Amino acid sequence: MTTIKRPDGRKFDELRKIEAKVGIIPNADGSAMFSFGDTIAIAAVYGPKKMHPQHMQNPEKGTLRCTYNMLSFSVTERARPGQNRRSQEIGKVTEWALSPIVLIDKYPNNVVDVHINIIQANASTRCAGINAAAMALAHAGIPMKGMVSSVSIGKLDKQLVVDLCKKEEDWEEGEGATDIPITFTNEGEITHMQLDGKITQKQLKEAIELGRKACKEIYEIQKKALKDAVDEEK
Amino acid sequence: MNSTQTTPKVTEEKIKKYLNQGKRFDGRKPEEFREIIIETGVSKNAEGSARVKIGKTDVLVGVKMDVATPYADSSNKGNISVGAELLPTSSPRVENGPPKFNSIEIARVVDRGIRESKFIDLEKLCIKEGEKVWNVYIDIYSLNDDGNVLDAAGIGAIAALKTARMPKYNEETGKVLFGEWTNEKVPLSKNMPLSITFYKIGDKIIVDPTLEEEDIIEARVTLGLTKEGVSSMQKGEKESLTIEELNGILDLSENLFSEVFKKIEKYLK
Repeated sequence: MTTIKRPDGRKFDELRKIEAKVGIIPNADGSAMFSFGDTIAIAAVYGPKKMHPQHMQNPEKGTLRCTYNMLSFSVTERARPGQNRRSQEIGKVTEWALSPIVLIDKYPNNVVDVHINIIQANASTRCAGINAAAMALAHAGIPMKGMVSSVSIGKLDKQLVVDLCKKEEDWEEGEGATDIPITFTNEGEITHMQLDGKITQKQLKEAIELGRKACKEIYEIQKKALKDAVDEEK
Repeated sequence: MNSTQTTPKVTEEKIKKYLNQGKRFDGRKPEEFREIIIETGVSKNAEGSARVKIGKTDVLVGVKMDVATPYADSSNKGNISVGAELLPTSSPRVENGPPKFNSIEIARVVDRGIRESKFIDLEKLCIKEGEKVWNVYIDIYSLNDDGNVLDAAGIGAIAALKTARMPKYNEETGKVLFGEWTNEKVPLSKNMPLSITFYKIGDKIIVDPTLEEEDIIEARVTLGLTKEGVSSMQKGEKESLTIEELNGILDLSENLFSEVFKKIEKYLK
């Protein structure tokens, strides 16, 4: 097998530089910034608050509602502002990625809103968004069973790599690029997974293992950012 | 809007009582701005970008460009298009959904401040008369709303434009090479516009309100100012202004223009 070189010189299992911070939006009940290299996501949490309109209220448990929004100038070719099919789907899978850890049952008739904005995009935006959202929920003091951490695993030609950047997402040599965003709880359960491309079952199992390992690293960074914020307040 | 989220009546009375003594809760004078911090180059894929903080108000503005056919009535000029979105991120009051009127008004007021001052040299943005011109998109997003998003948006727009580079353009194919830039700046004039909004509470005029103050305003006037004078205006909200009040606003505007200009100048070099 010919070996490939990653465009930014990273090792195959190396994440881009991560920055994580909570408490960036003063008005929000909780907020966080998370970046993978040049991909920057911010998340703001509002709630729990009464669900409006009333007919959407669930008297048995609370509702988690996530929106994903890509700022028009976050990409090289201007994106039309507002929601589209892609952003609606990402909002929904983000909700599903977070639901298993968020103990929302305690808030009947209420909603917790999570607003994710992509300020600058260089691939893996939904993963950065999920990571920021999980931190913002914790920062808001929403009861949670644990954390979730998200990463994209890629297959460039035949080689598995961690945390795809834009140039890798557009990889054309050999078998091209396969993009596998995946989200784990800190206990190692999968709460979100998508795939575009072509990969054997055997290699996909390896990709999941690789994702698990990377998410452990991300989890430590998320935890540290939350802890730093608590220490700062003391 | 949820009634529990607006400024309570007791606070309103207190704000007015303070204003009658020429004071505000945060110690500012009625015609004094909060600290302004500008960070440019905050979004690498934009032609130019800026994040403006006025106190706790936080606004993000980006400039993107593409090539299109000109409008029939300005066949030798580029186009400007300003968009604004008060994000649900920025305040518990904003709901999801298409931009509401206050977002639209911010975009319109910022648009006219830039357009009427002729800050962007639109003729230089003509590639081929009647066929190809540059489109300049200025998109504004609020990240945290603690009042006066309007003026923050205007400052953000000029800061983003000041740092904007022209994208590369292939004349043969007529296509923009998105994500590649020339060293050329977007052509701007020296006539930099600043929009400053004056807000009326009772019979007092203040600038740069916090959200608490903005909640109880009765009228406002936005002036699009340059060093030469006034190039755009918008009177907003339900109450009227007396001629004396408007004259007072115009008297304050020259000094305020230089004061705000001084505060932001160092960031725009």
